[in-house]
Amino acid sequence: MPRLPTPVTLPDRGEKRSPRTRTRPLLGKAGTAPGAPPGRHTPRRRMRQETATAWAFVAPSVLVILGLSVVPVVWSLLLSFQADDLVTPSRWVGLDNYRALAQDPHFDQAVRNTIVYTVLYVPLSIGFGLLLALALNRRIRLVGLYRTLIFVPFVISAAAQGVLFSFILDPEFGAANAVLDKIGISPQGFLNDPGQALAALLAISLWSGTGFCVVVLLAALQDVPPSLIEAARLDGAGRLHLLRHVVLPSLGPVMVFLLLWQAITSLQVFDLVYVTTKGGPLGSTTVIVYFIWEQAFKNFTAGYGAAAAYALALALLVLAALPRLTRSVRDRARTDRHLEGAAR
Amino acid sequence: MTTASPSPAASPSSAASTSSAVSASGPVYAGAAGPAPAGSAEGPGRRRRLLPFSPWHLLLAPLCLVFAIPLIWLLLSSVMSDAEINRFPPSLWPSGIDLEGYRYVIGNAMFPRWFANSLIVSLTAVASNLVLGSLGGYAFARMRFAGSRILLALMLATMAIPFQLTMIPTFLVMKRLGLIDSLGALIVPSLVTPFAVFLLRQFFLSLPRELEEAAWLDGCSRLGVLWRIVLPLSRPALSTVAVLTFLTTWNDLTWPLIAINHDTQYTLQLGLTTFQGQHHTRWSAVMAGNMITVLPVLLAFLFAQKTFIQSITSSGLKG
Repeated sequence: MPRLPTPVTLPDRGEKRSPRTRTRPLLGKAGTAPGAPPGRHTPRRRMRQETATAWAFVAPSVLVILGLSVVPVVWSLLLSFQADDLVTPSRWVGLDNYRALAQDPHFDQAVRNTIVYTVLYVPLSIGFGLLLALALNRRIRLVGLYRTLIFVPFVISAAAQGVLFSFILDPEFGAANAVLDKIGISPQGFLNDPGQALAALLAISLWSGTGFCVVVLLAALQDVPPSLIEAARLDGAGRLHLLRHVVLPSLGPVMVFLLLWQAITSLQVFDLVYVTTKGGPLGSTTVIVYFIWEQAFKNFTAGYGAAAAYALALALLVLAALPRLTRSVRDRARTDRHLEGAAR
Repeated sequence: MTTASPSPAASPSSAASTSSAVSASGPVYAGAAGPAPAGSAEGPGRRRRLLPFSPWHLLLAPLCLVFAIPLIWLLLSSVMSDAEINRFPPSLWPSGIDLEGYRYVIGNAMFPRWFANSLIVSLTAVASNLVLGSLGGYAFARMRFAGSRILLALMLATMAIPFQLTMIPTFLVMKRLGLIDSLGALIVPSLVTPFAVFLLRQFFLSLPRELEEAAWLDGCSRLGVLWRIVLPLSRPALSTVAVLTFLTTWNDLTWPLIAINHDTQYTLQLGLTTFQGQHHTRWSAVMAGNMITVLPVLLAFLFAQKTFIQSITSSGLKG
């Protein structure tokens, strides 16, 4: 099932332009103007036909999209209260799945691994991406080649990345240990070492995911109004001042988007783990989604998996709501200050 | 840029042409290293350099090499012989081009089939997302019907639903439909995404209404207006949808892993992961297979780099 990089907060521009969208220029003209071109139908019939056409246009999308999202969301909730092995009829168990989840050390470990991974991946990929974007945001030779090289890993599937890196990081005959050997460092276990596996996964994700941050930040850097920079320069701002007081503040909205986006992708990481470590060694790379998959499709305890999925979904929901909440709190604080100022 | 143009008239035009060339690869913020305005005293003088190249290369070249090395290694190891790969320490450069791995993979009964499966699923997804996405997007952009607002809001809300929440019940839905273990199970959920509908709707809204109205009044049907007027104007949005749909369906592993059991129905990504286990000693074959898996996306990216980058930034930023 495709998971497109969907925008998290999209303002509905069409709706906001309400005066234009609310009017019905096409129907209005055809229906009311006496000099309208001779239609084959009366206005009312035409309107009914219009509705029918509209429904014919949207029906396939609506059926697929809502059918494969609303139904599963409800079904998933029901499943999480059941014991289900995907084959025989399920049994209602109430909150037992959630209770078991709270006590399951494996779930606990999966949550901890996911949090560690997310907390490291998000700032590292964005920070690293920002540095690279600042470096790439100048007119030097080969800059196009550099951008391409940094972005290309992003388009490579996690499966292909996993296969490639389990080859490179193979402790016995991988290229990584061969290179370490040449510079006099003893061979490492990488993905086979419980202490290193999560860090190795993190490194692979940074290799592929930083390019995305670079591209998004580069686009944002190029949107910084030149007049602002010009004005700051005339005021005698140096490079660092320019960066600190003009460039970085204007990146705010993009940073929020990247934070959310990277957090959501890292909380949902699965393919790479499946291909490289299968959650091991010793559960050191079991992330939440891997845990859900394992429960549902390997251990055949789908209800338990669904409960874990709901726990994850709630966490994501809170995360997605967080910026909006903080914004409204900040706005309220600001209006309070304004009111205070007015009162004084 | 290196030599100052003698005629004052040529100076602004050269500045304009360089800045447009930059904007093609991505403009820089003005003033960072932009061409100094003609007549500015400090222009060329300040740019005297110690190095024959910009110092930024010292930082960027090694960094970019780090990004490139794993891929270079993928290419190199796919043309190495197995003996060369299995040696320790492995040789870091192939002694010659050995296509045994590729021959093995292509001669393998299953691999070409997986490739075909991936191609079928991805191209179907691209085509149906374009068709259904434009139909839905156009209706939401230009037509009025009862419940359209609520429906659109609902569709948008589904974008926020994490895939993990729906993956178990989607499996059950597909099972009820009798599609599990067939390509249908891979095709149906990717037929159309809310992303495609919404992106196209936003683009259609930005098009001038007058053209459509003229055609509409001339007796052109809604479908005719969409096909003759709206779609030809919508190439950027359509290519964005096509590129992103291809990328995500071709690269997906999770859903095929859940929906497919039998290896004749595997996609390339799924096949690759099992291939790795079965042929652990034949790393050259595994790497050749990996190379073949990566190649279509890589080629698509290199040919449509601009669209690719635009689609990434527009899906992320235009909101």
